[in-house]
Amino acid sequence: MKMFKNRDIISMVDFSREEIDHILDVAERVEKDPTGCHDLLNNKILALLFFEPSTRTRMSFESAMYKLGGKCIDLGAIDASSLKKGESFTDTIKVISKYADLMVIRHPAEGAARYASEIVDIPVINGGDGTGQHPTQTLLDLFTLKKENKLERVNIGILGDLRYSRTVHSLVYALTLYNVDMTFIYPPSLRLPDWILEHLIKNDIRYKECNNIDEVIGDIDVLYITRIQKERFPDISEYYAVSDSYKVTKSLLVSKAKDDLILLHPLPKKNEIEKELDDTPYAKYFLQVEYGVYVRMALLGLIMGVFD
Amino acid sequence: MLRIESIKDGTVIDHITAGQALNVLKILHITPSSKETVSMAMNVSSKKIKRKDIVKIENRMLKKEELNKIALIATNATINIIKDYKVVEKYNVKVPEIVKGIIKCRNRNCITNLEEIDTKFKLESKDPLILKCAYCEMKTDTIEFL
Repeated sequence: MKMFKNRDIISMVDFSREEIDHILDVAERVEKDPTGCHDLLNNKILALLFFEPSTRTRMSFESAMYKLGGKCIDLGAIDASSLKKGESFTDTIKVISKYADLMVIRHPAEGAARYASEIVDIPVINGGDGTGQHPTQTLLDLFTLKKENKLERVNIGILGDLRYSRTVHSLVYALTLYNVDMTFIYPPSLRLPDWILEHLIKNDIRYKECNNIDEVIGDIDVLYITRIQKERFPDISEYYAVSDSYKVTKSLLVSKAKDDLILLHPLPKKNEIEKELDDTPYAKYFLQVEYGVYVRMALLGLIMGVFD
Repeated sequence: MLRIESIKDGTVIDHITAGQALNVLKILHITPSSKETVSMAMNVSSKKIKRKDIVKIENRMLKKEELNKIALIATNATINIIKDYKVVEKYNVKVPEIVKGIIKCRNRNCITNLEEIDTKFKLESKDPLILKCAYCEMKTDTIEFL
């Protein structure tokens, strides 16, 4: 297992099963005693560089850093920064790295976080790069599955935009390290990218594909639902062709799903989940948000060398 | 009959896939403003690969790392280092594990296509040739030069 101290967190491709399990174990320790960590990152500064909108990832990292006793500095709105004056991404990253001990970057271009990690001396965490990867979301998804006892010998259904969703790309890749079956449910134009399907085939991962949730809802133990992200479509007509093409309803689950099925969602959600489901035992997506803080506390502590 | 003369000192790149000689010069950054004298034969008959191109660069001993990039477009290419009309070293090119700066990433939303950044690819497979962008992780089997 590679050391976590000063390590960049860029893509799930960089992690072994042992390393992921270790992060989840540390997150569990944090969850048991979050207040016991309150001063571990005293005098440490986390820089938040969000070149794309974010609510959960940014605030979750802020919350995690404060709970560890550290502080955050924020690039803020792009319009209010030097990027507006024409400063390059490269220069912006290099400058801000001099103000902080580690940084989180979200950027609309794939590979931005990896590139940033090569040009600065402080650790970089990928907070989402285009349609590429979102590793910290995946780690909190895996933590939720572990807490719900659904990370081994289960059938995980993944519904929605599998083509452009970085949370799906990261998650599917990570799940190939666990003993799970996967069922992909998507509108025909939003199939998983070829490189992920090739990876599944190469690693003999059991998976099934279909276009209608009704056909498979009775067979799955976890349903991971994603929003169709308008902002990712190069051609807006392609978005309108598939928007509102699926919705998970209470009546569907009550009539066809397993009783202990759980619903996960990276959020924000729109109308792909019926609101009535929010307060049912199926819904675990708000719990995911809470777990996200523990997972990010674990990561920040591991990278800064205060957790073993 | 060979149509270009032997060189006294320099590098001869033989068995280049027919039609790729100009791309070989591109890979080696040899342009009209370069100092070297370059002779080139295209579409010459070859026992080994039927048709081939040949490039001869006078008074320049190219480094192995530079020359291995040629394998991206001509896997059969052979390198002859010439000193005083004699071949002092001969080897086949090998695709490098890391390819920096000469190939374009096909993902138009890759950071390398949006910022002034050198591209970087990792070799995934030699046969068939598959490269993976070190930044956006997209794989490609199509070589497009910058």
